[in-house]
Amino acid sequence: MKLNLNALQSLTHSDRQADRVVPPSGFTARLTLFAAAAMAFLAVFALALSMATGRLASQWSAELARTATIRIVAPLDQRATQTEAALAVLQTTAGVQSARALSDEEQSALLAPWFGPEVSLDGLPVPRLIEIIETSDGIDAAGLRLRLSAEVPGAVLDDHSRWRAPLVKAASRLRLLGWVATVLIVATVAAMVTLAAQAALAANAQVIAVLRLVGATDRYIAQAFIRRFTLRALAGSALGVVLGVIAVVLMPSGGSEMSGFLTGLRFQGLGWVVPFLIPPLTALVAFAATGAAARRTLENLS
Amino acid sequence: MAYSYGGGELLSDISVKLAPGSFHFLTGPSGAGKTTLLKLCYGALLPTAGTVRLLGADVRTLQRDDIAMLRRRIGVVHQDVQFLDHLPVAENIALPLTVSGRGGAAQGGDLEELMAWVGLTERSQGLPPELSGGERQRAALARAVIMSPDVVLADEPTGNVDWEMSQRLLHLLIELNRMGKTVLIATHDLSLIRAAKAQVQARVLRIANRRIQLAGADL
Repeated sequence: MKLNLNALQSLTHSDRQADRVVPPSGFTARLTLFAAAAMAFLAVFALALSMATGRLASQWSAELARTATIRIVAPLDQRATQTEAALAVLQTTAGVQSARALSDEEQSALLAPWFGPEVSLDGLPVPRLIEIIETSDGIDAAGLRLRLSAEVPGAVLDDHSRWRAPLVKAASRLRLLGWVATVLIVATVAAMVTLAAQAALAANAQVIAVLRLVGATDRYIAQAFIRRFTLRALAGSALGVVLGVIAVVLMPSGGSEMSGFLTGLRFQGLGWVVPFLIPPLTALVAFAATGAAARRTLENLS
Repeated sequence: MAYSYGGGELLSDISVKLAPGSFHFLTGPSGAGKTTLLKLCYGALLPTAGTVRLLGADVRTLQRDDIAMLRRRIGVVHQDVQFLDHLPVAENIALPLTVSGRGGAAQGGDLEELMAWVGLTERSQGLPPELSGGERQRAALARAVIMSPDVVLADEPTGNVDWEMSQRLLHLLIELNRMGKTVLIATHDLSLIRAAKAQVQARVLRIANRRIQLAGADL
């Protein structure tokens, strides 16, 4: 017995009488429906998490990748000179699109969260910061460090790689985990449907005996069960996805940059389509799982 | 052919042919192997030695689905009649049509005619558990013949019914034979055999000591 295209087509061609030969089984019906709904609900969140972390990784990568910072750590009387020297070096450095020293106001704003809005930099040994915007080719950080160490001894180049790499790596791992969770959820649906289908087939051994007695082929018997479980899984999964999407929509959005991750779980753009792929995928998994279970059970019952 | 189960031989050196349109009884003591032989006759069991040919096809060369297709030409009535208890009697009787993709045919007048033939018109929408023993046997007979099979096999069809009902069932089986169907009835009820022989040309096969033999004129 092979589950071919005809078997798939039988799902869409309702045969009311053929559907009725398998008795309605309350327990397995509820189990399949609930399991598919619950798993689809969880899958929506796993996907939302995965896609949000994906966006986050891209955002961090994009924001940090093409910028660098130079700190001028020098006595107050040399700070302006060394800042000028550093800017001069940067003007002749390949890969630098623009470079500018942050003003006192900008540096004060950066320190405001720690020292308050009225902080004055005059009496503080705060290094001068130079913001570098790189071209698409980027700078040769090692070469620039060498030049700075020779020409501007108080300059320290920070190309953000030590911040960016672990953050992007963590976000990428989190995205991968989201997809792994989705795959595990689908596998769990397959296992649940297999168990429920096997239970239903075993409970209906007498029905199968009667059907065989009157000339039903194994394909006919299997399809009666496959159709039932596939449609249940599809219905349960659709319900779970709708509830999951509603829950995602109801999550707060926007907010500050600090809360961006927690409030950025909503799908974006074409991402909204992805959760709606879960029900057909679940149905396909249920179709295959029930088919395998039916094949085994009918073989054992012969 | 021979059939063994659990290390013991239940049937051996069996050689029998049911000619088209013939009427046979299969008798013998309980446990002699009547039901086993009947199951071999519709492919529910396969011989452990030799061959069984169902309507000309060697069952050992057939796939399960091929045997299922052949069963549509063999009507079977079991002693312990099994129905789908969640379906009305009429749908149970029409089940062979349903599983063969001819469910639409069950909507026509043929089903009503068949229900009337076995006297179950008024019970058509009832559920099988609501039927009496005799009604169940008649429903099973109707289900067995709804596909107009070439062969009707009945295993103790009168085992759970009174004398009057057994005569009624016998009459239905004889009617089928007169329509040209091959009939094989497994029974240990000798009075049923005698009643049939008064109405139809019937051969009686007896299973004894794992072998089959033609019964004598004492029956």
